[in-house]
Amino acid sequence: MRAPMSWLREFVAIPADQTGRDVAERLISAGLEVETVETTGEGVIGDLVVGRVNRIEELTEFKKPIRWCQVQIGPDTVNGIICGARNFVEGDLVVVAVPGTELPGGFRISARETYGKTSNGMICSERELGLGDNHDGIMVLPEGTAEPGADAKPIIGIGDEILDIAVTPDRGYALSIRGIAREVAIAYGLAFEDPGTALADLPAPVAGHALQECATEAPTGCDLFTMRTIVGFDPQAPSPLWMQRRLVACGMRPVSLAVDVTNYVMLELGQPLHAYDMGKLKGVVRADWARAGEPFESLDHVQRTLRTDDLVIRDDTGVIGLAGVIGGLHSEIDDDTTAIALEAAHFIPQVVARAGRRHKVSTEAGRRNERGVDRDLAPYASARAAALLLQFGGGDYAGMTAVETPEEPVVITLPASHPEDVAGMDIPAVMVVRILQVIGCTIADQAADVLNVTPPSWRPDLTDPADLVEEVLRIIGYDALPSTLPTAPLGRGLTAPQRIRRRVGMALASRGFVEVLSYPFVGVAELDALQLPSDDPRRVAPRLANPLSEEQPSLRATLLPGLVAAARRNASRGHADVALFEVGRVFQGDVAHESGERPGVHGRPQDDEWESLNGLLPRQPHHVAGILAGTREPQGWWGPARAASWSDAIEVVRVLADVAGARIEVTPGADPAFHPGRCASITLDGSVIGHAGELHPRVIEATGLPERTAAFEVDLDAIADAAVPIRPAPAIGTQPVAKEDLALVVDVTVSAEDVRAALAEGAGELLESVRLFDVYTGSQVPEGKKSLAFALRFRAPDRTLSADETAAARQAAITAAQQRCGATLR
Amino acid sequence: MSAPNSSFDPKQVAALDADAIGAMVDAALAAIAAASDLAELKEVRLAHAGDRAPLALANREIGALPPAAKAEAGKRVGEARGRIKGALDARQGELEAERDARVLVEEAVDVTVPVDRQPLGGRHPLTTLMERVADVFVSMGYDIAEGPEVEAEWVNFDALNIPPDHPARTMQDTFFVSSPDSGVVLRTHTSPIQIRSMLDRELPIYVIAPGRVYRTDELDATHTPVFHQVEALAVDKGITMGDLRGTIDHFAESMFGAGIRTRMRPSYFPFTEPSAEVDLQCFACRGASVGDPDNPCRTCGSEGWIEWGGCGMVNPRVLRAVGIDPDVYRGFAFGMGVERTLMFRNGVSDMRDMVEGDVRFSLAFGLEA
Repeated sequence: MRAPMSWLREFVAIPADQTGRDVAERLISAGLEVETVETTGEGVIGDLVVGRVNRIEELTEFKKPIRWCQVQIGPDTVNGIICGARNFVEGDLVVVAVPGTELPGGFRISARETYGKTSNGMICSERELGLGDNHDGIMVLPEGTAEPGADAKPIIGIGDEILDIAVTPDRGYALSIRGIAREVAIAYGLAFEDPGTALADLPAPVAGHALQECATEAPTGCDLFTMRTIVGFDPQAPSPLWMQRRLVACGMRPVSLAVDVTNYVMLELGQPLHAYDMGKLKGVVRADWARAGEPFESLDHVQRTLRTDDLVIRDDTGVIGLAGVIGGLHSEIDDDTTAIALEAAHFIPQVVARAGRRHKVSTEAGRRNERGVDRDLAPYASARAAALLLQFGGGDYAGMTAVETPEEPVVITLPASHPEDVAGMDIPAVMVVRILQVIGCTIADQAADVLNVTPPSWRPDLTDPADLVEEVLRIIGYDALPSTLPTAPLGRGLTAPQRIRRRVGMALASRGFVEVLSYPFVGVAELDALQLPSDDPRRVAPRLANPLSEEQPSLRATLLPGLVAAARRNASRGHADVALFEVGRVFQGDVAHESGERPGVHGRPQDDEWESLNGLLPRQPHHVAGILAGTREPQGWWGPARAASWSDAIEVVRVLADVAGARIEVTPGADPAFHPGRCASITLDGSVIGHAGELHPRVIEATGLPERTAAFEVDLDAIADAAVPIRPAPAIGTQPVAKEDLALVVDVTVSAEDVRAALAEGAGELLESVRLFDVYTGSQVPEGKKSLAFALRFRAPDRTLSADETAAARQAAITAAQQRCGATLR
Repeated sequence: MSAPNSSFDPKQVAALDADAIGAMVDAALAAIAAASDLAELKEVRLAHAGDRAPLALANREIGALPPAAKAEAGKRVGEARGRIKGALDARQGELEAERDARVLVEEAVDVTVPVDRQPLGGRHPLTTLMERVADVFVSMGYDIAEGPEVEAEWVNFDALNIPPDHPARTMQDTFFVSSPDSGVVLRTHTSPIQIRSMLDRELPIYVIAPGRVYRTDELDATHTPVFHQVEALAVDKGITMGDLRGTIDHFAESMFGAGIRTRMRPSYFPFTEPSAEVDLQCFACRGASVGDPDNPCRTCGSEGWIEWGGCGMVNPRVLRAVGIDPDVYRGFAFGMGVERTLMFRNGVSDMRDMVEGDVRFSLAFGLEA
């Protein structure tokens, strides 16, 4: 809502020394978010005068038509001015920037040679003066506005300060000059002349004219409906300049007198109004629910299909308006309208909000109606509008018809001590009472411990004691609040999964990985690029009803697409060698649809209700995934680069499992996104929780990643679940260690892990560790075989091992490897 | 046989006289001093302190001396040998030190060559900033609460006093999952975690809830459809708005330094009443740039204050929706945008830097932003 200071001053005697910024400060403290304070025509330096165009000479020898105008800018002064606009005729009053004047943007006007003439000044458009966006032509002032040579600045509203206020949904009343002026008055402790409770001076109705009848057949959607009738109106009468200027200052476009007046009064008082061409109406105009599938063409030329919970305005011809939101095309005021039916009504906010949302139409009227308009305002506002229409457009006032459903006044019970309890500071009851009265509430017994408070008609947002507490505190000022600290119970710190997620992030970053936070939106193309077959569970993820991009309508069930995209983006920016990781949620399975009644909000949901709400949701576990492309270690003075490989991916998975304290197993695995021969399954207690290895060459080709790009993805929640909560301390043996190396020859298909496990089991309790330190295939071993070299360390807790003991343990290890893996000692 | 020592020679043995021994010592010391490396010194040692050295030979003559002279000569020779040995050892030490120094110089390397075989990676600054925020609250006794990102509409809206068709729903442009009437959305804020905390935890409740949230904004320099919030919730007997203010003050000081001030402005959120916007005193200029055009502040745009977050007392309607009696318990809630905080705290100028995954961005922040 844009509020010109000049308009506010009409209702509040703001001290003259108070600038727009001063007022803005006060309003901000009171809870109105003033976003900007701007001055109209800011940047106009020097004189602007009213000029009369005495004579126009058309210059036709140029590429575009140019006018050479003789403009009178004083009793005896006529300047020749070149002008490219064509929307004026001889005799029109215009605004002239004379040589020496500077316009917004530092544009200095001087007498200059152009089109073969000496142009002495400029005839200005709205945009050139910084008054609005209108650049269709120059500003033409209504005849009689002022004499040539008069100062044009006050006439066109230059120098007025405009407060731009972002109005929150609860403060519908602040979408009006009336509401903002009231807040200004409260903030300054000044008197407020409420223009919304005084009936404008309307002439007595002229008898003999037919009145436009109105009715409401939907009292739960429209509880007050009024209609004033004006006949003999001059459709050609222009709006007064001051009204046009204010509309423009408030961001609206002047259209015609009838439309401008309804907009002006809406801005001033907050009551949306609608002017119908009475000649196009048939029968009683009434608020009613739409019929299923009923058609309606709105002012914006959109054909709409209505539902039975759409509130409409209809006459005997059909729907003529979506109530409180937008009018119909066919009953619109036009250039021939002489009889006006002026609607002012009160609609139930939720009904208007629903219609606006469903039909995706946002209007100034809708914004006000959905926030709740003053329940009592309609007849006052329409009187004001009718008076303006008569004043500037002439005609007879024929009278008003109205229907009203009685309303139950809201009474809020507020213990007088409640505001101070909530605030945590002393607030005397008398102060509570005074503040509530200042904002317009009435209080039956002001001395009672428990106050019965009736909010004013313009504050439908005040329904609960808490609302009144906010009013009291905001008027006192939040600055007065004390700064205290509550005593929280003793905390338990982070949960194990939270700690593990942090440690994993730290460990990966310490190993050179860079964290990315990708959008979780994916599409078929990314999943196709990963070669996921049609029945892959990662293709079953929730889909958005309104995705930002139709290319990526689904949520991710795997982190890989985001990492692939990030790796590619880095490569395209010259960083092909990357190790990236992400820790984030994935979404598995589709969502269920709500069925039946949603739980209420007046008490805790029943257990089964809560369960079924949660049952709507997909699984959303945390995953950790990474991608390694290009080189893992760069070339340097120490030697050549080392390319990232499948082994780096598996290594880092082992690291993060160690970081978490979970015992994973790495076994040969298969995943469609991975190279079939270079993919490990990561398992925990026998269930697969992820994969690591080299991406499938076709995936690499499809995604344009560097050759041999490796990746991993594991279920981090599963790892956290399997983490040892308390790690037992080791027994540190101080006896000497006995080291034994041995090389075993096995089939190439036998996994090193199986051999290691066999050795470990066979070696028995004396074994301290076993580590594979070499893998060999080649001429030294038979075709189809490989040699695995292991280093074994034996130690007894209580004695030096004898050679015999060590030899026996070593032999037992070999025997186990022979039996289980067909290994032979090399 | 007892007879006078027939071999007694009354004359002095020339090699054992003081001058002769002095000359030997001088020669030895000169040779030692002249040895320029360890190999030469080894030769010198052999020549002047070996078995066939002049002094060693002279020593053998002592036996021929009359008994009365033996002691004196022995003493003289012993002293001489001692001096030579001392000089040898000293020279040996010097030469060894010289050699060692020379070798170490030869082994010197250029320690300024880059050693970046595996440089440190980086965590995303949004992650570490959320951890930092959480840690401040954890230190005050709060737990970290979490909730699903795909959320039931009832939890995201209804229970937070945002009924269907309320204008506040359009304040937060919502991603609907599956269909607009499925009852499932991508959470538009972290406030549903309040609802889950109040339903799942025992009173009193003190939680901090960081998380990812979604709104249908197109990505540009200042907007992103996927962003992060951190939300604090306290529900206890006797909680006041002063407690809210004190908590925010403590939080602000923990994040931005002692003495930093905050400001609350009345505002509107459906789930809090009273509600407030929280402004942070500009931590860069501390307000000094206001009205001082010569020293503008880029962090706050010379406004002196930075919009930081929203807060308020938990709306009693919200407490009722989760079965907490608002006549017994009160609560406060406070939330802030993490991206926004990172932007002004660390000077990030473009939101896109946070979402694109360019390694240069996260690397710049290391392990904590």
